[in-house]
Amino acid sequence: MSDLVYILQQMINAVSLGSLYALVAVGLSIVFGVLKLTNFAHGDVMMVGAFTTVLLIGVGMPFIPALFCGILGAALAGLLIERIAYRPVRNAPDVTRLLTSLAVTYILENFGILVFSSSPRNFPLPDALNESWQFMGGAITFTNINLLTLALTFASLIGLGWFITKTTLGLGMRAASEDMSAAQLVGLDVNRLIVVAFIVASGFAGLAGILWAAQAGVIQPQMGFTPLLKAFVAAIIGGFGSIAGALLGGFVLGALEIFIVAFLPDAITPYRDAIVFSLLIAFLLFRPGGILKPNREIKL
Amino acid sequence: MNDSHSAMFKLQGLQVRFGAVRALKGISLHVNQGEVVALLGANGAGKSTTLRTISGLSRPSAGNIFFAGQSITTFPSTKIVRLGIAHSPEGRRLFGGLTVAENLRLGSCSRSDTDGIAADTERMFSLFPILRERRPQLAGTLSGGEQQQLALARALMAAPKLLLLDEPSLGVAPLLVKHIFEALAELKRQGMTMLLVEQNMKLALKLADRAYVLRTGSIALHGSSAELLSDDRVAQAYLGAAQ
Repeated sequence: MSDLVYILQQMINAVSLGSLYALVAVGLSIVFGVLKLTNFAHGDVMMVGAFTTVLLIGVGMPFIPALFCGILGAALAGLLIERIAYRPVRNAPDVTRLLTSLAVTYILENFGILVFSSSPRNFPLPDALNESWQFMGGAITFTNINLLTLALTFASLIGLGWFITKTTLGLGMRAASEDMSAAQLVGLDVNRLIVVAFIVASGFAGLAGILWAAQAGVIQPQMGFTPLLKAFVAAIIGGFGSIAGALLGGFVLGALEIFIVAFLPDAITPYRDAIVFSLLIAFLLFRPGGILKPNREIKL
Repeated sequence: MNDSHSAMFKLQGLQVRFGAVRALKGISLHVNQGEVVALLGANGAGKSTTLRTISGLSRPSAGNIFFAGQSITTFPSTKIVRLGIAHSPEGRRLFGGLTVAENLRLGSCSRSDTDGIAADTERMFSLFPILRERRPQLAGTLSGGEQQQLALARALMAAPKLLLLDEPSLGVAPLLVKHIFEALAELKRQGMTMLLVEQNMKLALKLADRAYVLRTGSIALHGSSAELLSDDRVAQAYLGAAQ
């Protein structure tokens, strides 16, 4: 019985972590889809979202409106990054575009350090969200922020599902991911699609950044790096460039990390990240298309 | 037939370069309203490049493209489709992860007349009945012939005034090729203007009113389909290097 409860608790943790990875990976996949570019700045867009929310809470805005403003702030950041940094090099060789995306990362992170310093700040989460629910005499515990994370993840993913299957813009975005020139030939405005893709992807990054920081309780300018790497692994495992693959990869990775810590001997636990990145290498070597194998070659 | 001044569509001295390679060395042609014109030639003669340049995917280094009385040479693809030139590309280029219905819907993305789109969707289903059955299926899972029909239907959903067709028989089973060309003949009867690139010369000349023969980026021959069918030089142009 207590084993079962323990497994249940670990499953809750796995879904909770997995949903964060999925949120980040989805945005990474959307941008990769339309631009065939690994957007390293995605992690810093998370940071922009989180800082916007924290600053607005600091000046007295309640959490929920501040969260939505954070998402908007991240979307705006994504829009500007596309416009200023990526559009001028859109037709340049892959290496140029990759280096551009790294450059944007460094600029944003250092700008963050310049303005906010690199020391962590507290995330001012309202007490109501820190309240925890306990069942079975404390064997199963989760907090309101866990619940909110799940609710927002699923709500936003359902919204995304609707957008990419029911609207012309969303269908166009998928079409452009598959075949950019065919999308042009049917008359889709590719510039507009790329802008929309960046806004949507960055909005997701913002939401993920805020929830990530809210769960961790701290923010700092380099906070996007770890989630970006993990989301990258998740997206590859699921199938890079595919939105469904990113979701699948996110939850698989979340579950894997939690279960390594929960069920394997303590001696192995410190190697969690090593195991995860070994898995990444294994996928890149033996199944670069990921679990879902979307029909295209992987280019980083 | 040579009245190129009143032509609906006209290329004037079109040149296209890919780096040091001159893919098109200044070609001129025209298509009149309601006419079907074939563009013939061996592989690499520049047929697909011509169509891609018309659609704005490649940019000419010199020359002009006129459509319905204006130069569209520098227009972006979106605007070209909106003006009424739809392109069914070589290799079909369907959105394989999208359903048949979604591919058709994107074909009409340049339009906003909801009623007209619904009516045209019905028209496509009566022109290509198999597509009605396959509506919820992913385009990537269709057979070659079905995909070609969907590619045609997707282009037609833009309600074009000029239809560019690139190799509609390529990779299609012979029986379905016949069916596709019957559909094209039906479109011609309905008054559709077409510029057709096709490797199957006999098939193309049967459908077309006139044809141009391209050889390594230049127009080598031009005439009515009847003239060209009996002209040995057309067959020779296909032999390319043997010239």
